[in-house]
Amino acid sequence: MMLELQHVSGGYPGGFSLAGIDLAVAKGELVGIVGPNGSGKTTLVRMASRALRPKTGSVHVDGQDIWRQKPAALALTLAVVNQTPDLTPMSVEDYVLLGRIPHYGRYQFLETTADRAVARWAMQLTECQAYRKQAMTEISGGERQLALMARALAQEPKLLLLDEPTSFLDIAHQVRLLDLIRRLNRELGLTVVMVMHDLNAASEYCGRLVLMHQGRIRRMGTPEEVMDYRVLEEVYETVLVVGRNEFTGKPIVFPVSEDLRKQSGAQV
Amino acid sequence: MKSGMRWSNALFLQLGVLAGVAMLAICVGATHVPVRVVGAALIGKAAGAAQTIVMDIRLPRVLLGIAIGGGLGLAGVLLQGMFRNPLVEPYTLGISGGAALGLCVCVTLKLANLLGAVAFPLCGFIGATGTAVLVYGVGARRGIMQIRDVVLVGVMVSFVCSSLVMLIMALARAEDLYGIVFWTMGSLDAPMPGLTAIALAVALGVLAVAYLLAVRLNALALGEDGALHLGVDVERTKRMLFVMAALLTGVCVSVAGIIGFVGLVVPHVARMLVGRDHRILLVSSFLCGSIFLIGCDILARTLVAPIELPIGVVTGIAGGALFVYLLRRT
Repeated sequence: MMLELQHVSGGYPGGFSLAGIDLAVAKGELVGIVGPNGSGKTTLVRMASRALRPKTGSVHVDGQDIWRQKPAALALTLAVVNQTPDLTPMSVEDYVLLGRIPHYGRYQFLETTADRAVARWAMQLTECQAYRKQAMTEISGGERQLALMARALAQEPKLLLLDEPTSFLDIAHQVRLLDLIRRLNRELGLTVVMVMHDLNAASEYCGRLVLMHQGRIRRMGTPEEVMDYRVLEEVYETVLVVGRNEFTGKPIVFPVSEDLRKQSGAQV
Repeated sequence: MKSGMRWSNALFLQLGVLAGVAMLAICVGATHVPVRVVGAALIGKAAGAAQTIVMDIRLPRVLLGIAIGGGLGLAGVLLQGMFRNPLVEPYTLGISGGAALGLCVCVTLKLANLLGAVAFPLCGFIGATGTAVLVYGVGARRGIMQIRDVVLVGVMVSFVCSSLVMLIMALARAEDLYGIVFWTMGSLDAPMPGLTAIALAVALGVLAVAYLLAVRLNALALGEDGALHLGVDVERTKRMLFVMAALLTGVCVSVAGIIGFVGLVVPHVARMLVGRDHRILLVSSFLCGSIFLIGCDILARTLVAPIELPIGVVTGIAGGALFVYLLRRT
């Protein structure tokens, strides 16, 4: 297994917590974690990436217990793109080169030609080359998201954890980024676990979905198994209609407005 | 090199300016010493008075300026990088307040009569170390340094120490007041010759160790989670940075008294010159700090000669004006 959480519980002192999470992600999978706000998706990502220590249970990445590993060793296997990363006015190229830090030797201070080549490869894949000299704080949200991906790819990880990679992006940028993620998953065999708010995009791109609710996994399986309107209505506490994408056959969710709910008398 | 000057150019430029300012500081003063006489004095071949002025008075002062200015500039850039806050400086953490309190106690209790000249730096260092331990102890929980808590505790400790210093001054005898005021305004006149060597060794030693953390400081710019995901042991790195900044500040304040604004302004100037990459910024902040302090010392000695102004007053005025200018420009 590339990522394995066993009986993971815990969270923030006096605040939100996860309870009894069991999740196994095989090599080469593309898994989407969905659920309403405050259901524990980001907490799960933080626990899976060693940013937050679980109270009970264990987390293994590529067979290794992440709390028995040094952060430097973990960063060679796992790359994370946070929901709201701290940005500084450094150039996109410098930012992407930071992804090579886990590969530095003990007394290495400067990036090697090989490091620069990997950073260039990551920027080409994510199409960041054109604005590589611009500051991270001066590019658009879509360009920034691609730069964050490039930095993560420069780490040459086996597992990529993405926390809402498409938030703040318009539909065109969403498709561009998700296409890239699927290409990385298929062509490079990169295992991807991504938190998503957009259920339709998750259904379209992910092979498996994990539906979170109140700190627990409510349902897990293929998009067809998870996107059952009864389960979704219970979890999201709103009336929803689940249909099918006529081109791909994947389930899609439609919201039902207040007017329509009143007309039809539909209730959760 | 990506932003600012090329690293090698920046280093050579700053080393050149430092050499020039250092030479100027040795030449000017109550007695002017020409450059060729300085050269002769450095190889031990100048005439009697010039040899003494250069080798026993002005050169030690320049070397102490390099150590203190470089040390405070380095402490400032380490703390600003660690806290990801451009307004943090070595004195924010209350360490200088602790040192000042230690020195006040030393003057009031006349410990110098008991221990000799070493009493001043010793008491200053004990005060600085004590406050650093206090700030870390209160600001860290279960070994995890909460950045916000450490800054808040540091500011509070600083206020408490300042109040205690004022209390001691209010109760002190008139003859003790001069000693306290002298120390709290700073000076590059080392109380003992060996202290300059100690300060220089500590400043350069910490620069060497800090350089090993330069890449980790770059990673910390992405936040603690971001740095962790790049393989940085964040808590260990923060502890090491805190200890180094506390050691630098403690030694600098103990040896030269309170010299403000160097640790705040110098990293900003260095960033404007060489960019934000700590692999060049650490060295650049050290060099800029040395240049700034030696320059201020020249002003302090010459502006209203033969009276010598306290260097802390000059750095405060020059540094404050420079900081406001930089804020307006950026």
